[in-house]
Amino acid sequence: MLKIGRFKETLVEGIIKTSGIASIFVVTLIFFFLLKEGVFLFKTVHLHDFLLGRSWYPISDPPEFGILPLIYGTLLVTAGAAVLAVPLGIGAAIYIAEVAPPKLKEILKSGIELLAAIPSVVLGFIGIVTIVPWARQFFHIPTGLTAFSGSVILAFMAMPTIVSIAEDSLHSVPKSYKEGAYALGATRWQTIYRVVIPACSSGMLAAVMLGIGRVVGETMAVMMVTGNSASLARGIFSPARTLTATIAAEMGETVQGSDHYFALFSIGIVLFLITFAINMTADFMIHRKRK
Amino acid sequence: MIHRVIYKSIFTWALLAAMPLSVVFAKQGSLQIKGSDTMVNLVQAWAEAYMEKYPDLFIAVTGGGSGTGIAALLNGTCDVAMSSRNITPKEMDLAAKKGIAPKEYKVALDGLAVVVHPSNPVSELTLDELAGIFTGHITNWKDAGGLDQRIVVLSREVNSGTHVYFKEHVLRKGNSKSKEEFSADALLLPSSQAIADEITQNPAAIGYYGMGYIGKDHKAVSIAKDAGAEAVDPTEEDVISGRYPISRPLFIYTNGEPNEQTRRFLDFILSDEGQKIVLSMDFVPFQK
Repeated sequence: MLKIGRFKETLVEGIIKTSGIASIFVVTLIFFFLLKEGVFLFKTVHLHDFLLGRSWYPISDPPEFGILPLIYGTLLVTAGAAVLAVPLGIGAAIYIAEVAPPKLKEILKSGIELLAAIPSVVLGFIGIVTIVPWARQFFHIPTGLTAFSGSVILAFMAMPTIVSIAEDSLHSVPKSYKEGAYALGATRWQTIYRVVIPACSSGMLAAVMLGIGRVVGETMAVMMVTGNSASLARGIFSPARTLTATIAAEMGETVQGSDHYFALFSIGIVLFLITFAINMTADFMIHRKRK
Repeated sequence: MIHRVIYKSIFTWALLAAMPLSVVFAKQGSLQIKGSDTMVNLVQAWAEAYMEKYPDLFIAVTGGGSGTGIAALLNGTCDVAMSSRNITPKEMDLAAKKGIAPKEYKVALDGLAVVVHPSNPVSELTLDELAGIFTGHITNWKDAGGLDQRIVVLSREVNSGTHVYFKEHVLRKGNSKSKEEFSADALLLPSSQAIADEITQNPAAIGYYGMGYIGKDHKAVSIAKDAGAEAVDPTEEDVISGRYPISRPLFIYTNGEPNEQTRRFLDFILSDEGQKIVLSMDFVPFQK
């Protein structure tokens, strides 16, 4: 009996070990594949012209592969989404974790989880028929297909991530901290912002970073509402073209082995590096909290 | 992070497992057609009529843009490409490298309509004004005979044959040495439907798409070749007669000599019955 148990143990251990290694293996493969396809671009285009070039005309002759407007578009949309989603998300997390009565807490939590379950293309579609016409009329701008509309949609998508992680980190604050604060005569609000939030600030930052990571990688909804014009030096109420939308919109057109095809992979590398950096920062913050 | 990676890997494996299956299905008397969004509805109508007559062949039609279709033809992921522009020399080079000799069939004509919101007072434009608007030299409607408001320029994405055709024939006026480009401020929308939707709700917008898309909520502008010439509406007669300045042939490409199935379908398209369908889909029959 004991032997069979032992065998099962080893078997299960082996299986989960393989799955664990497989995921790392896949990530490595993906990265090397991106790198392998992307580097060919730099035989014909300078890295400098690629990263800092101001115009993106991939099918012209000669083509121009400057992704600065695309990076700018991604940053603009992301920053807008962060400004909207971070205060809302953190506020919601504090309310759920510290203030809300238990019943309401459950309702709010499942509501926010449901928000995460809405497919992005559905959000994009809703955005086209609601936010886009509204933004044009409300702000008196020429068109509602703007970075701002993208930011609003993305804020909805980042909210669930921010709320659930921020709420977890609020929960991880030891009860004794709060008890101590109350014992000193602090009110509930004083306790929250003087004791609880500072105690889990790194977890909060991680929540924000992971929410932003989600925003940077989002494609479909953004492509539908931002207007996709690759132009620099314009504000949040103008159209913008993101890195992700560029890959999605153009990859179907490219012939494998053309410069345009390689350029899209190079954009993939840039995107991978951005999200990797964001994830690493978030990880670093979570670990700092544990120490 | 690791969680997400595991999901992703499961998904990837599922896809890999499904790939051989799709190849098996594809072999059973089926024809994959891909390409121009302008032509999707037309080719779909041909396919439906054809499948009703000859149920032994299954025809799958998907859009994505002319470039997408030709790329798919060269990459071997479709049997037939539909394209609203000629194949480019660059694409021919790539085809030659892959050992494919694409064959071209002209199957119908299409007039490109330039459309604005019905409330827009502008109803005539010259080709020069159009080029000015789409390259970004004219940015206010008052410079084109309209109200004092900023022009919102709508274009298709670069994978669209309509985008390429418009650039070459309107922006560059057919001059292959011209370096004119769409304004960087032009909105690039993923489909003709997206352009139609934005035109419907935006009084300052101007866009272009195939004649078949003109709806009740859009106004098609008449186009004059130059300042002196008469402005012509995008109608069937004027596309056939060549008086309407922005019209173009629509093509079907096969990868080399078509096989029996494909050839029968092409014969059907070019038959009187097939060309009647062209008319019913608001395109213009090809004059043999």
